[in-house]
Amino acid sequence: MALSLKQLSTKGELLAPGHRACAGCAETIIVRQVLHAIDYPVVVAVPTGCLEVVTTPYPYTSWYVPWIHSAFENSASTIAGAETMYRSLVKQGKIEDRGTKFVVFAGDGATYDIGLQFLSGAVERGHRFLYVCLNNEAYMNTGIQRSSATPMGAWTTTSPVGEVIVGKKENRKDMTAIMVAHNIPYAAQAAPHAWRDLMTKVQKAVEVDGPSFIDVLSPCQRGWRYETEETIGLSKLAADTCIWPLYEVVDGVWKLNYRPKKKPITEWFKSQGRFSHLLRPENKHLVEEIQGVVDKEWERLLRRCEVSGAA
Amino acid sequence: MTTRTEYVKGTPVALDGDRAVAEAMRQVNPDVVAAYPITPQTEIVQRFSEFVANGEVDTEFIAVESEHAAMSACIGASAAGGRAQTATAGAGLALMWEVTWVAAGTRLPIVMHVVNRSLSAPLNILCDHSDSMGVRDAGWIQLYAETIQEAYDDAIQAVRIAEHPDVMLPTMHTLDGFVLGHSLERIEVLPDEVVRGFIGTYNPRYSLLDVDHPVTFGPNDYHDYFFEHRRQQIEGMERALDVIPQIGEEFGALTGRRYGLVEGYQLDDADFAIVALGSINGTVKVVVDELRRQDRKVGLLKVRSFRPFPADKVAQALGGKRAIAVLDRSFSFGAQAHPLFLEVLTALYTHGFTPGMANYVFGLGGRDTLPWQIRQVYDDLAELEGVVSAPVRYLTVRE
Repeated sequence: MALSLKQLSTKGELLAPGHRACAGCAETIIVRQVLHAIDYPVVVAVPTGCLEVVTTPYPYTSWYVPWIHSAFENSASTIAGAETMYRSLVKQGKIEDRGTKFVVFAGDGATYDIGLQFLSGAVERGHRFLYVCLNNEAYMNTGIQRSSATPMGAWTTTSPVGEVIVGKKENRKDMTAIMVAHNIPYAAQAAPHAWRDLMTKVQKAVEVDGPSFIDVLSPCQRGWRYETEETIGLSKLAADTCIWPLYEVVDGVWKLNYRPKKKPITEWFKSQGRFSHLLRPENKHLVEEIQGVVDKEWERLLRRCEVSGAA
Repeated sequence: MTTRTEYVKGTPVALDGDRAVAEAMRQVNPDVVAAYPITPQTEIVQRFSEFVANGEVDTEFIAVESEHAAMSACIGASAAGGRAQTATAGAGLALMWEVTWVAAGTRLPIVMHVVNRSLSAPLNILCDHSDSMGVRDAGWIQLYAETIQEAYDDAIQAVRIAEHPDVMLPTMHTLDGFVLGHSLERIEVLPDEVVRGFIGTYNPRYSLLDVDHPVTFGPNDYHDYFFEHRRQQIEGMERALDVIPQIGEEFGALTGRRYGLVEGYQLDDADFAIVALGSINGTVKVVVDELRRQDRKVGLLKVRSFRPFPADKVAQALGGKRAIAVLDRSFSFGAQAHPLFLEVLTALYTHGFTPGMANYVFGLGGRDTLPWQIRQVYDDLAELEGVVSAPVRYLTVRE
């Protein structure tokens, strides 16, 4: 389906309003974008986390699609079980093949950390499912603890700004590259401000015969410490500072989807309370160090795209 | 009156316990099996993989990367409206622990074949019941087998028990690692069509794959509903006390092998009784026969269903005995006594019986327990009348 706003506005919502997400939460915006992009029946699995908590306070549910939550770490295995049952029942003629798509929406804690083994296993086995990481760069549901997706220098409640240690010392994991290393047929990074890019990626992802992975930056006003109306603007700023490059990897071919006029990382740090300590003069060296890391990663991405001939 | 000749004729074969369970799985033909190898269960997953590779089953097999993933995949598969099974042992069952609760709380009729193994440390791959006792409170039905024939029969009946609309709970049946898992026994394997007729088709009330009637599985449940949902789950477990023997009778009418919640052996007129789970019951029976030949009034109560625990049946069977020894093949550190003993004691006390009682822990980490040691238990019992013995006694351990 061509992605026009006019047409999209006529599609029914698959995530009902009235859920309990915070004002300014990017997660529910992204979920609606993803579900709107898929023109097939969809079955969704969600691990324990913000999205699960805010959309299914029994006896209410926001989901107009079949939905399952099992535990924190195992959504990839859960959806793999459902997808396998689908193949089994279709093969045996017990149900009709309606081209059903299987989708996980999981936070970065569930994806980068506690659920990495489960995701790796499910991707290696080649189940047909789309795994969307709603990456808000920390354990927000439990109250802003650092994850391996938390960027260097960021304040969280388990990487506090102290007298000796100033925020998170370590760089984040390159999750998308980890997925690419599984020879996954489709992997991408996206962000909600670039809705057409995100939705196009979803449409490509659900067409592949195998697993697909999209890591979507999901600004969190509570955890990042910004005003609720700035969510989409921050999504764009992340792409413009090369904090969150938008690209896709199709069958191992890397392609950059957006080449910004690169803004300095201080723009990013100034925009959110979680980085405010980095603006202090005594932490200038940290800003330089982090800028160095961002530059290096951006260059590495460009090289990967060039080598693939799709830059 | 049913006569033996009316029963379905099985094929006599020599199978070890793992292969017997794999054979039952082949006949049940689950829609999805997700499993991970672990000694002493590995032969089940290997054998079943061969059935899949040879097209002998319709099953989609998921060779998962861990037991936690095995149970997680079973949860997704079962919620998707078909039959899902797994098999594990020891540490594998421990790794699944969290999601065994999810399977039960979501009321998914998953069947799990457990080949009992001790828990580390120290590392030990041999039999005791620490693994299944470790999940005794998770909300699964638990059946324990004395023989390989029983393990095979339980693997078939478990499907019906789990899926019974009054129950809708995951069901595990266990067989002692190595003692049954790797030992050969002559068993009768039923014809495929008989097994398939017995288990019938599974028609779930709700399915994740029913996209026209979307259902939310596993929502967030707070103080205002959680307790009621637990209560419903408890009722499902209580109703299994009726369903397990019903299905056991139905199976018996077909095969001649009837199953209930417990089985008494030379118990009716016995003064002294042993109570046990699993393969040790075979050894106890040998000793009972021997002592009966010496005119000693001894008997045995084999507990097949540990969850739900059939308190009424146990009290009925043991009420009036002069002294009772309960054998536990697992251990709860710091407890006053161990899982089976505590259940039996509670059942008797609440039914107004206060016989002499002793709790024996035996066979940890695969330690052999021999007939002379069981004889010793019966000898002890003769002196235990009117005494509830403490502390716990250890059979076969070097002090």
